[in-house]
Amino acid sequence: MQFSNPVTQRQWNAFRQNKRGYWSLWLFSVLFVLSLFAELIANDKPLVMRYQSEFYFPVAVSYPETTFGGVFETEANYRDPFVRELIENDGWMLWPLIPYSYNTINYDLDVPAPAPPSADNWLGTDDQGRDVLARIIYGFRLSVLFGLVLTIASSIIGILVGAIQGYYGGWIDLAGQRFLEVWSSMPILFLIIILTSFVTPNFWWLLGIMLLFSWMSLVDLVRAEFLRCRNFDYVRAARALGVSSPVIMFRHMLPNAMVATLTFMPFILNSGIVTLTSLDFLGFGLPPGSPSLGELLGQGKANLQAPWLGISAFASLSILLTLLIFIGEAVRDAFDPRKYLS
Amino acid sequence: MSKVLDIRQLSVSFPGQAQPAVDNVSLSIGQGRMHALVGESGSGKSLTALSILKLLPPTADAHAEAIDFRDENIFVASEPRLRALRGAAISMIFQEPLSALNPLHKVEKQICEGILLHQKITPDAVRKRCLELLAKVQLPNPESLLNRYPHQLSGGQRQRVMIAMALANNPALLIADEPTTALDVTVQESILDLLKQLQRDLDLAVLLITHDLGIVQRYAEEVSVMRAGQIVEQGNTGEVLSAPQHEYTRHLIDSAPGGHAPTPQSGTNLLSVDELSVRFTQRQGMFARKSLFTAVDHASIEVPKGETLGIVGESGSGKSTLAMAILRLLGSEGRIRLGDTRLDQLTGDALRPQRRRMQVVFQDPYGTLNPRMTIGQIVAEGLQVHQPALSRAQRDEAVAAILREVGLDPDTRHRYPHEFSGGQRQRVAIARALILEPELLVLDEPTSALDRSVQHQVLELLRSLQQRHGLSYIFISHDLRVVRAISHKLVVMHEGRIVEQGDTERIFTAPEKPYTQRLIHAAFDETLKRA
Repeated sequence: MQFSNPVTQRQWNAFRQNKRGYWSLWLFSVLFVLSLFAELIANDKPLVMRYQSEFYFPVAVSYPETTFGGVFETEANYRDPFVRELIENDGWMLWPLIPYSYNTINYDLDVPAPAPPSADNWLGTDDQGRDVLARIIYGFRLSVLFGLVLTIASSIIGILVGAIQGYYGGWIDLAGQRFLEVWSSMPILFLIIILTSFVTPNFWWLLGIMLLFSWMSLVDLVRAEFLRCRNFDYVRAARALGVSSPVIMFRHMLPNAMVATLTFMPFILNSGIVTLTSLDFLGFGLPPGSPSLGELLGQGKANLQAPWLGISAFASLSILLTLLIFIGEAVRDAFDPRKYLS
Repeated sequence: MSKVLDIRQLSVSFPGQAQPAVDNVSLSIGQGRMHALVGESGSGKSLTALSILKLLPPTADAHAEAIDFRDENIFVASEPRLRALRGAAISMIFQEPLSALNPLHKVEKQICEGILLHQKITPDAVRKRCLELLAKVQLPNPESLLNRYPHQLSGGQRQRVMIAMALANNPALLIADEPTTALDVTVQESILDLLKQLQRDLDLAVLLITHDLGIVQRYAEEVSVMRAGQIVEQGNTGEVLSAPQHEYTRHLIDSAPGGHAPTPQSGTNLLSVDELSVRFTQRQGMFARKSLFTAVDHASIEVPKGETLGIVGESGSGKSTLAMAILRLLGSEGRIRLGDTRLDQLTGDALRPQRRRMQVVFQDPYGTLNPRMTIGQIVAEGLQVHQPALSRAQRDEAVAAILREVGLDPDTRHRYPHEFSGGQRQRVAIARALILEPELLVLDEPTSALDRSVQHQVLELLRSLQQRHGLSYIFISHDLRVVRAISHKLVVMHEGRIVEQGDTERIFTAPEKPYTQRLIHAAFDETLKRA
């Protein structure tokens, strides 16, 4: 990649030199992009089908069963042998790679659920007969999206608060620091559990509640960086030029603080994912039925006779977290001037 | 007179660099002599000194025919032998005494460590030796000093402790690497006087590394002039400096700040500051009583249009604080009048339009430019604030014009600061200030971080800009020679107060206050102190 700023270029080169981090970034990006298209990979509806010389796209459009000569006015259940027979008599269906969605219950199991891995369910099913692989794909997407939104939101708040504290100093800084000390000494996990029991937790509620506490991790870094920068000669020169405070903070000081911020971001993402997983594991997280790695871990604990549950959840979580840590390490090293200047 | 040190054909190179950092350097020092190694930064002076004790960075590659120390070739000496020499027969003094002393150890421990390493003596004898050394470097109350930590000492005292440590084992050779660069002129003089006296009393050989020809002239018997790793001229100080053979030596001597400020055009006052004070509150802990520290105490100055007001003083005298208060970058009490505008009554948005009338150039050419912006963006920033109506093309044109004016190629405006040398960066900083066409330019030690010859060019530039645009300058410096070369009027500050002010030449030729006299004596005495 080419950058106009030589410093950025050197940092990018240094990042690329860290093979482990570079490949982790690639692997993570591929996995994440794939999981964004989870509906096309794991679904209980055909991707494309042809019925009576017409094309249908059940993944995107909802068709009532009556369209295909059935009896119900509700959306067709394409896994139902009766519906399947109706369609295949006069056309064909193209199924996704995994013909189950995260909430599809497989009623054709030969053994009681949880069923072990088989040709049908590659990683087996959970104790409600749902396909584990489909749930992991959807759960991966949900975890990463949750983590990303949480990271971006808490970075914005953290940078803003840290920048204001560091730039203005004095009483603002003092008051802010004392508030942070009180706020960060709260038992966060328990508070989140208590708060989630007041509301019906969904994605956005959980995000908001966790955001209450996760914005603090960046404040100290950014504040320290701004305190250091505000007496830099080029900042003083900008003030002497009459540049306004928000512009000085954004143009001259923020780029310095971004190094610390970017370095920290993969780790914030990581801890966001871990917190969500632990809430789900404890049963205080996302609403029942949502695809979640933590809930799968919980099932693994409850069904020790079905080791594929625990092992699958553990493997996918550890791969996800390890990739993020490797990326984070590479970013940290790339931004270290002693490394990229040598 | 026997040779204590004799370096023959020393070369030091670094992998990946075509030019050797030190190139075939030979020099020798006799017993009881001081040999000065003078040159600009990056000329290889320090590397030459570090090679003597093999203290070079591990990537360096050194070659020499021989380095003889008292007839022993120490270039091929073993590591244990070198260790026995280091700090005992050959000792070093470094530039920055605060970082060369361990902040966690008391003075006694710092000095004793060196003694105990090389001599087997009883604790009582060590303590006695410490006191003796501290007395020798002329520190008052040696007894009480032994129990102090480095941060409790002043810069001059720390450097004296460093010298005491260096002398602890009766060395035959003392290497002083810019020993006074970080110190104020008057302290500088007393430290160098001390070194000279010790050289005489103890019959020491001293290798003095410096960039200051004034120091060489006053203290060293012999001199080697270095440039780009090579010694271009060597010999008796008096001969070399009075009749330099090599053009580089001549260039160094000529670039000593000289000449006078251009004659001003008018006599009206641009800036008048009346009874200005800056106070900082200091508190020890949350609930302790506040105490006030007065950084500038009732200072009154006037800057006429088109003239330069020099402000001199030692570090901590409040000269920069005064300037920052005038620029309204620091809160202050007292009246500040720029033209007809009372600046001290304006704040925030009302002050912003006034900012274009007064601009500032800072000391450190590396810190003054944002490394993430191009030269063009840096110079144009002020225009964006004060003339937002300008189109991109107009702005670009103005930037090119101002770069040409300060002697830079306008095509360089797309490059980033790290591609420029110190002198060029300082030109960019001047361009950034001038593009707003200010009436007053505050120059806060604009040449202190630059080598002599570059300093000379920057001063020339400032002079010609003043003449062309009728600018007024406030020129802050601790270097009296530079100030003399550019100022019409002079203010001498000491501990926050103005000690003396008046016409520059009057103060330099007939200083009235004892403090001013001392300052000027320390800077301009040019006779060689006899060993």
